[in-house]
Amino acid sequence: MKIAVCVKEVPDATAHKRIDPGTKRLDRSGEGALNAFDVNAVEEALRLKAATGEGEVVVVSMGPERALNSLRKALAMGADRAVLISDDAAAGSDLVATSAVLAKALEREQPDLVLFGQQSSDSDGAVLWAAVAERLRRPVISQVAELTLDGGSLTGKRQTEFGYDVIRAPLPAVVAVADSINEPRYPSLKGIMGAKSKPQETLSLADLGIEPSHVGPAGSRTEVLALSDPPPRGDTQKIEDDGTGAEKIVAFLVEKRLI
Amino acid sequence: MSILVFLEHHGDELQKSSLAVLSKAAGLGAGEVAGVVVGSGIEGLAGQAGTYGAATVYVVEDARLEAPLPQPRVDAIAQLVADKGFETVLFAQSILSADIASGLAARLEAGLNWQLTDLATGDGGFVGKQSALGDSVIVDVGWRSTPRIGLFRAGAFDPVEHAAAGTLERLDVQLQEHSLAAEMVEQAHAEESGPSIEDANVIVAGGRGLGEPERFALVEELAKALGGAVAATRAVVDAGWYPYSAQVGQTGKSVSPALYVACGISGAIQHKVGMQSSKTIVAINKDSNAPIFEFADFGVVGDLHQILPKLTAALQARKS
Repeated sequence: MKIAVCVKEVPDATAHKRIDPGTKRLDRSGEGALNAFDVNAVEEALRLKAATGEGEVVVVSMGPERALNSLRKALAMGADRAVLISDDAAAGSDLVATSAVLAKALEREQPDLVLFGQQSSDSDGAVLWAAVAERLRRPVISQVAELTLDGGSLTGKRQTEFGYDVIRAPLPAVVAVADSINEPRYPSLKGIMGAKSKPQETLSLADLGIEPSHVGPAGSRTEVLALSDPPPRGDTQKIEDDGTGAEKIVAFLVEKRLI
Repeated sequence: MSILVFLEHHGDELQKSSLAVLSKAAGLGAGEVAGVVVGSGIEGLAGQAGTYGAATVYVVEDARLEAPLPQPRVDAIAQLVADKGFETVLFAQSILSADIASGLAARLEAGLNWQLTDLATGDGGFVGKQSALGDSVIVDVGWRSTPRIGLFRAGAFDPVEHAAAGTLERLDVQLQEHSLAAEMVEQAHAEESGPSIEDANVIVAGGRGLGEPERFALVEELAKALGGAVAATRAVVDAGWYPYSAQVGQTGKSVSPALYVACGISGAIQHKVGMQSSKTIVAINKDSNAPIFEFADFGVVGDLHQILPKLTAALQARKS
C-alpha cells in the first residue's frame, strides 16, 4: 500500500497574513508551517499504513525550496519520504497549473491512494483534489470523516450539508479528509531527530517534463486584478444586561425592521 | 458571453443559493443565461428554474446521475459547454459544487475563482469580487481565457423571480469510466425542521457558552420564534452537541443571512469567517471581552439562560 499525501506550506498561523500589493500574491516571506488541515491527512495515511501492516507514506508538495522545512514535520510524524516540486517558474500557479504539476508528480509515484487535507488555510481553497483526480482519471471522495480500506477498494463517510454520504470507490483513488477524521499525533523527539535523514527529493519542472509556459502566471487561467479593503461594518453597540437585555434586543430588531 | 449556471438540488428542491446565482447572472445583462439540472427524476424541478431568469433550462436526466456525486456531473457540464459554447459556468458554493467546478476546470483547462461575493462585467469579460484572508481583504479576480468558472459564496445574492418562463431542453450525455467508479452506498440525512441554514434569512447560532448540549433547546426555541434556522460553532459540533450540517465557519458553511444571532459564541476567527458577512449581527455573551463584540452590530453582555427565554417569549408575544 503506497499512500501519497499532498501537502502545502502556508504562512504560520501566528503571522499576520497579507497580500503583497506589488506582486498581488500572498506574502510568504515570514515563518512557514505545514497547513494544519494537511496534518490530518498525514495522520490518516500513517494510520492506514499501520492498519495494513506494510507500505509507504510519501508527502508530495509544490512550493519554494524552504518548504522542505515544513515537510519535515510530516516526516517527523512518521511519513517515509518527501518530494518537493520547486521551481521559480511555478510560483503564482493557479488551480489549473498546480493540479497539472501535482498530477505529473503523482503519475511518477503511482500511489494506490492519494490523500489531501480539507482546505488550505491561506487561500481558503478546498478544490485541488477534484482537479488532480480528474487529471489522473481516478475516483475522488471529499470531506471524508471516516475512511476504511477493504482490499482493492475504500469506503469513505462524507460529511455534507445535509448529513452523511457513504461512498465506495476502487483503488487507486483520491480522497480529501475532513479535519474531524482524527486527532493528529505530535512528532516524538526521536521522530524529529530522525526526520532530517529521511529521503527528501527536490524536483524541477524539467525533471517532471513540464514546460515552464504551462505553469506560473503563463500557465494560469485566473488573475488577480486589484486589492481593496472590505467595506467597514457600521457602528457597533454593546450593553450590559441589567434585566432588560431581551427587551433591548427586541427594540433593536424593530428599529432595523428585522421583525 | 453566454452563461451556464449549475442548479444544485436536494430532494425535490433546487437550492436557493443556486437560484440566487442564476438571478444574478440574468441581472448582468451580459448575454444569454441558461441553467442545468442534473440527476434522476428531475423534470419537475427544472420548471422552477425558468422563472429565475434562465432562457433555457437543460435537463440531464439519467439513472446513473441520481446520487449527488461530482464526477459524472463534470462529464455532463463539460459536454454542454462543448456543444453549446458557454463562455462562463457559475456555481453556488457547496461541497458537491466545489468538486464539480474543480474537476471541470481541469477537464476544460479553465480558470476557477472561488469565494466570490460578487460579479460584474468589465474589460470585455467579467471581474469577480473574492473575499480573502479571513475576509480581511477583497480581491478583484479575473479570468484569462474562456470558459470562466466561478463559485459563489452561499448567501452572496438573493433569488429574484421573473415573469417569463424559460424553455426546457433535454440532453443525453456520455459518462466516462472514471467518473462512474465511485458509487453511493448509503445516504443518511439529518431530519431537518425549519429552513436550512443556507436558505434562512435568520440564523440563531449556539456556541460553547451554552454550557451543555441540552441548552441548545434555548437556541432552537429562539430560532423558531424568529422563523429562522439553527447553526453551531465548530467547538460544539466537535463536542457532539450538534450535527456538522449546522456548522458555520472556516471548516463549515459560510452564511450571510439578514440577521445572525450569536449565542455564547466568542467570535474566534474560525467562526467569524463563516458569518461576518451577515447583514446584521446580534451577540449575547457573558464575557465582555469576547471578540464577537468587536463586529456585532448589537451586543449584550449577560447570561444566556436569563436572556434567551425572555427574548423568545417577547418575540412570541409580538406575533400573537
